[in-house]
Amino acid sequence: MNSYRDIITNGLWKQNPGMIQLLGLCPLLAISNNVVNAMGLGLATALVMAFSNAGVSSVRNLVSHETRIPIFILIIAALVTIIDMAMNAFVHPLYLVLGIFVPLIVTNCIVLARTEAFAAKNPVLPSLLDGFMMGLGVTLVLVTLGAVREIIGKGTLLSGIDLAFGPVAKNWVIHVIPNYPGFLLAILPPGAFFGLGMIIALRNWWDQREQRKAVFMPVTATTA
Amino acid sequence: MLSSPYIREQSSVSVIMLKVMLALIPGIAAYVWYFGPAILISLGVASIAALIFEAAAVAMRGWPVRPVLMDGSALVTAWLLALSIPPIAPWWLTVAGVFFAIIVAKHLYGGLGNNIFNPAMVGYAVLIISFPVQMTHWPAPLALAGHHLNLADTAHFIFSDTLPAGEKIDAISSATPLDTLRTQLQLHRSVAAIEQMPIFGYFAGKGSETVALMFLLGGVYLWLTRIITWHIPLALLTALALVAAVFHFIDPQHYAGAWFHLVAGGTILGAFFIATDPISGATTPRGKLIFGAAIGLLIFLIREFGGYPDGVAFAVLLMNIAVPLIDAYTQPPVYGHKKVQK
Repeated sequence: MNSYRDIITNGLWKQNPGMIQLLGLCPLLAISNNVVNAMGLGLATALVMAFSNAGVSSVRNLVSHETRIPIFILIIAALVTIIDMAMNAFVHPLYLVLGIFVPLIVTNCIVLARTEAFAAKNPVLPSLLDGFMMGLGVTLVLVTLGAVREIIGKGTLLSGIDLAFGPVAKNWVIHVIPNYPGFLLAILPPGAFFGLGMIIALRNWWDQREQRKAVFMPVTATTA
Repeated sequence: MLSSPYIREQSSVSVIMLKVMLALIPGIAAYVWYFGPAILISLGVASIAALIFEAAAVAMRGWPVRPVLMDGSALVTAWLLALSIPPIAPWWLTVAGVFFAIIVAKHLYGGLGNNIFNPAMVGYAVLIISFPVQMTHWPAPLALAGHHLNLADTAHFIFSDTLPAGEKIDAISSATPLDTLRTQLQLHRSVAAIEQMPIFGYFAGKGSETVALMFLLGGVYLWLTRIITWHIPLALLTALALVAAVFHFIDPQHYAGAWFHLVAGGTILGAFFIATDPISGATTPRGKLIFGAAIGLLIFLIREFGGYPDGVAFAVLLMNIAVPLIDAYTQPPVYGHKKVQK
């Protein structure tokens, strides 16, 4: 019923969790203080969402309506535990920085929202894609917000990249503005609210402009 | 052809703002007298930045630019912000503060009349959170400073961050009385001993106490010309004095007296010029009393038990949040009715 094309555009743009659904904002606001943290948590969330959607979808006909929520949560929790252990093993420094927010992916409402709204009603393959695309949508907003906060707050991009790729990556850090005095507010929690507010405002402005174009287009066509 | 009412008053926004700025002049003059001309430069920087940001925001919203600029509200915000931050702070610090005051706190919330937070205090809060180091570089009173900077040297310092050869920032700046009190109390000295230090004058800081009294003069002028009512300043100062006096009475070793709290820091400026903002403050008479008293109490709590040197800005911002609630519960009865219909 949903074409794959629709699923992709919904996840990344039309129904973007960070800008339109406004779900799962807590980790989004907490961890978006630089690009590396944002990317790390975003991709972890995307993986959890893809596989939890696939898992829920595959058992959707076996689960009674009354017991579905605990069972969905069990599936999500098992997947988050796997991701948690994997990150601890392979990207340990980044895992330490993200701290409690990796296990907390379980409680991220966007994960449960997608299993309930999509995976519980659709076959496995579209569900997997929906989960992954919604996760990428989150990642997109997280990374944008992370980049804005990092540039305004510290004048750098990709600082802390060595946490993910080891000491080789130490000089991958881009100093966008040299000798920047730093703007602490952007790094602190208020900066996340300001930044997300600006991104949503920009998105709404864009949507309104598109709508106006769509309304005026036929009129100009008939007069011409 | 005239019709009632016959007594007319020119009380457009621009006249009110002009009177507010007029009321600030004695304080600014005292500031220059005791601390040097730096404040004039920072007022200028803030004013120009405010006009540019205001014009840009108004133009982007598709409003006519000229009448909005002429109402003077942006200038008053700029002046109050400039008077709240160290005048020898680098120019970009002032501009950043004005940006947050005008663009974020004022226009993103809907412009003049719609902002729920006091714009100048939002600018101040952003600066003290983001740039704690630059925000502690207050000029020393000229009577105590190691060296005097003339206007050109001051301008050079503000715009290019360089001092004349042989000068150091420590020679021209000093901790404020509130800062001094805080750090010395941590060294286990008593309030009475600390107040003997040269930075202290009769009530509070040397020089800054006179500036505060001049602001008081301006505040009384605003009250006499009915720009502000007495409720907020009186409630604020009374609450602050009472709670300070009680603590001072119980433990005079660790708590400065009521006079100190009334005159130090931004109390007077805050009580008469900032908390009385008609947009972000309470509007009903009883509401104003509650609003003012709560700010006074919060100022004391933040100064004595908080992490920041002065509490006026945070106290005002916190109470701004409570204004809708206060106003809703303090509606005066309609004329002719005995009680408000619940």
